[in-house]
Amino acid sequence: MVPAEPEPQRIGVPAESTAGETRVAATPATVGRLVALGYDVVVEPGAGASSRFSDAAYEEAGARLGDPWAAEIVLKVNGPSGEEIARLRDGATLIALISPALNPELVEDLARRPITVLAMDAVPRISRAQSLDVLSSMANIAGYRAVVEAAHAFGRFFTGQVTAAGKVPPAKVLVAGAGVAGLAAIGAARSLGAVVRATDPRPEVAEQVRSLGGEFLTVTAEQEVSTDGYAKATSDDYNRLAAQLYAEQAADVDIIVTTALIPGRPAPRLITAEDVARMKPGSVIVDMAAAQGGNVEGTVAGKAVVTDNDVTIIGYTDLPGRLPAQASQLYGTNIVNLMKLLTPGKDGRLVLDFDDVVQRSMTVVRDGEKTWPPPPVQVSAAPAPAPAAAPEAAPAADTPAKPARPAWSSYALVGAGALALFLVTAFSPSELIGHFTVFVLAIVIGFYVIGNVHHALHTPLMSVTNAISGIVVVGALLQIGHGNTAVTVLSFAAILLASINIFGGFAVTRRMLGMFSKG
Amino acid sequence: MSTVTASEAAYVVAALLFILSLAGLSQHRTSRSGVVWGIAGMVIALAATVGLASRSLTATGLVLIVLATAVGGGVGLWRARVVEMTGMPELIAIMHSLVGLAAALVGWNGYLDVDAELSGSLLGIHHAEVFIGVFIGAVTFTGSVVAYLKLSARINSRPLTLPGKHVLNVGALVAFVALTVAFVASPNMGLLIAVTVVALALGAHLVASIGGGDMPVVVSMLNSYSGWAAAASGFLLANNLLIVTGALVGSSGAYLSYIMCKAMNRSFISVIAGGFGTPAAAAEEGEQGEHREISAEDTAELLRDASSVIITPGYGMAVAQAQYPVAELARKLRERGVEVRFGIHPVAGRLPGHMNVLLAEANVPYDIVLEMDEINDDFAATSVVLVIGANDTVNPAATDNPSSPIAGMPVLHVWEAANVVVFKRSMAAGYAGVQNPLFFRDNSQMLFGDAKQRVEDILRALDSLDAPVPAMAGTSR
Repeated sequence: MVPAEPEPQRIGVPAESTAGETRVAATPATVGRLVALGYDVVVEPGAGASSRFSDAAYEEAGARLGDPWAAEIVLKVNGPSGEEIARLRDGATLIALISPALNPELVEDLARRPITVLAMDAVPRISRAQSLDVLSSMANIAGYRAVVEAAHAFGRFFTGQVTAAGKVPPAKVLVAGAGVAGLAAIGAARSLGAVVRATDPRPEVAEQVRSLGGEFLTVTAEQEVSTDGYAKATSDDYNRLAAQLYAEQAADVDIIVTTALIPGRPAPRLITAEDVARMKPGSVIVDMAAAQGGNVEGTVAGKAVVTDNDVTIIGYTDLPGRLPAQASQLYGTNIVNLMKLLTPGKDGRLVLDFDDVVQRSMTVVRDGEKTWPPPPVQVSAAPAPAPAAAPEAAPAADTPAKPARPAWSSYALVGAGALALFLVTAFSPSELIGHFTVFVLAIVIGFYVIGNVHHALHTPLMSVTNAISGIVVVGALLQIGHGNTAVTVLSFAAILLASINIFGGFAVTRRMLGMFSKG
Repeated sequence: MSTVTASEAAYVVAALLFILSLAGLSQHRTSRSGVVWGIAGMVIALAATVGLASRSLTATGLVLIVLATAVGGGVGLWRARVVEMTGMPELIAIMHSLVGLAAALVGWNGYLDVDAELSGSLLGIHHAEVFIGVFIGAVTFTGSVVAYLKLSARINSRPLTLPGKHVLNVGALVAFVALTVAFVASPNMGLLIAVTVVALALGAHLVASIGGGDMPVVVSMLNSYSGWAAAASGFLLANNLLIVTGALVGSSGAYLSYIMCKAMNRSFISVIAGGFGTPAAAAEEGEQGEHREISAEDTAELLRDASSVIITPGYGMAVAQAQYPVAELARKLRERGVEVRFGIHPVAGRLPGHMNVLLAEANVPYDIVLEMDEINDDFAATSVVLVIGANDTVNPAATDNPSSPIAGMPVLHVWEAANVVVFKRSMAAGYAGVQNPLFFRDNSQMLFGDAKQRVEDILRALDSLDAPVPAMAGTSR
């Protein structure tokens, strides 16, 4: 059943040509895993130098040193230059960060060659693809580094201290956008001891912010629930209220970290020049969206600038690259996970499966044919809105917030139930109504009481309910011994059966609970 | 204060104690006190009832009460003491049947012993209540008996598929409504017997047509029914305590059923309407590749070198009574500094929470026994996963293959671990009749044979691995 083994394909890992890039697409550790997938790995000499990985380490991991551009598969960090595109062999597969939505010319250039290109930054946000999601892994590093850069430029303590020489208040940090980068920044700033506040148009992230010790500032305006895990463009109403919030916060905080990005569009402007002017001298802003135009008015991509009122605006675009070894390691692991997906046979042969939404979404060019943009993937971190809402929402991405449909239908459901209950009760004789009230309320109590039961206690819970449903014995007790023989016999049987439940149920529950012990 | 008001007051207190009891049972910390509340509530309720009944009770009646309680209590305590933890599902099922039967008997008494004061519409309602009580009680009774027989393997656990089974079920309900109307109009014993027979048949058929793997849902559903049966008796006797308790049990059972259904990605209706074993699922592709076998010795070596291990047990562990050696294995590995945890799928076993009870019996600390949602993200960072007697709950087809009959069911992502060892008796498919691609993955290996035997083999192999290098603990992980 196995066909004749063909030659394993080669994977080339070139040194990055982009100025200032310190990362590399494969580290010795990930090379070992690529080799385990059956590939022959060729690394350009010196490729890992700026990430502190020596050529010897690569060779030790099983790679060869040589010309990476001759390989069937080329792994890069940044998109290729024109010269590099030309060096790719026909039929080659290139895997790199392409940003296809922002670089249409690059996609056109790539499509002119008979090659296949996969964009690492076009991974759909579904849980299965999380292990390939380079935006998440890089954003995590960048968020951490953003705080380190801010602390460096800030020149004061982050944590509050009480010393013999006086009290030092803690720094106040505002993080705009609680995505992966924002959360990493919140965590880093918190652990340095700062007071951290965060904003995000998606109310569902509030809990994550709080779990990291940050305070979530809510902008109270209607906002669409994100269905694809990425932030959406915000409504006008929201923007106005948010601007007000930022204006207030700018005057109060010492550090602002902005992380707001909308995929495939320029970064939204969050902090205006007036806001910056309102900040205290010595304050620092780190604009993590500088490469996409910046969230802050006055950001210069790749540079730190100081404004007239002595506020430092840091617009570095290479934040992940400032922790090169780990950034390379995480990026390389993302690539290995992708290669695992692309190598179903683990035989060193790359197979692209267009039926798989992950592979389809990432593929920008296939055999010289442009396949961007891919069909939309509807996956949700939040509960899906009513299916009927999906088709009409498609064309205009910027539609103002619309009322949530599920709420409406659940009102209808509750309304219908209430009406039915009303009718049933209204036509009952008054004696029954009291019992009915008790019955309905007890059901509700039952649901709430059981609602948060620990999964391990399901069985004891059932045996205890067994025991207390033996309460039916009350009925039999009231019926027994009233003279009627048949009634007495039946009651006797009922009491006996129910007693088994009462005694047995409680005893077995106690026995079971006695066995649960904590380690 | 009269006897009546005193007993009513006692009932209110008892009802609150029952609520406290159920609330206590939802957390480990409070679970033991929960049982105490339950017992206290029961004692108060029974004392009040006996006090109330004693006003018109004959001496014979009192003797009979004491006798019935003694016999019943004795039987109950005896069963509770001797029951094997692997036999918990059967015990729970049979206890549901007892409540159902008792409720049906109370309903019958309600007919035989009509209060003379009732008249007009109240009498009609009384008769309807008799009917409803008998019906729910009888359905619960036979349903639970059949569930008990299936769980104890006295009858085949395959779903029974009679032609037109949905018509039969709906027909029985329609017949119930028609009989109720007729009975309210002109009460007679013939109709009551008829409805009892219909209900008994419906209960038996309903559960007979549900397969063994859906048993967690069925058992919690019957738990719910037994509550509704008690509540119906409460309406019949105009007794608020019975209504409250029945409603509490009924809604808690319903909630458990809902949790179980969600864990299988199935709707309640589809479970009730019949199991997986129906012909549609027969789209078997046969074996999907080659599986690899592993010996107990190699598994022991794998475990010795592991840094973290997750054990995912299923019904097969209960069948093989393997919980003790499994717990011993976990203890040994933990002593060696290996991080050992258990991953429990909500519907593993035949009873909600069954695996937790089995592991607790074998002295596994409950804080290393985690639920699916708590552990699913950790598989990728795990060295070895031991799948012991589980199949459908670890089937990757549920996430990967949209055409699979179990597609969309939440499963334990064991295949993300570096190594998976599957304990299995043979290559037979699981309950759902679905082939499991996990067995053919490159990182999974099969360990065939009786789970208990194999785990004991691993324990021996671990000991012998230790023997040549004594006092070296700590040097190798």
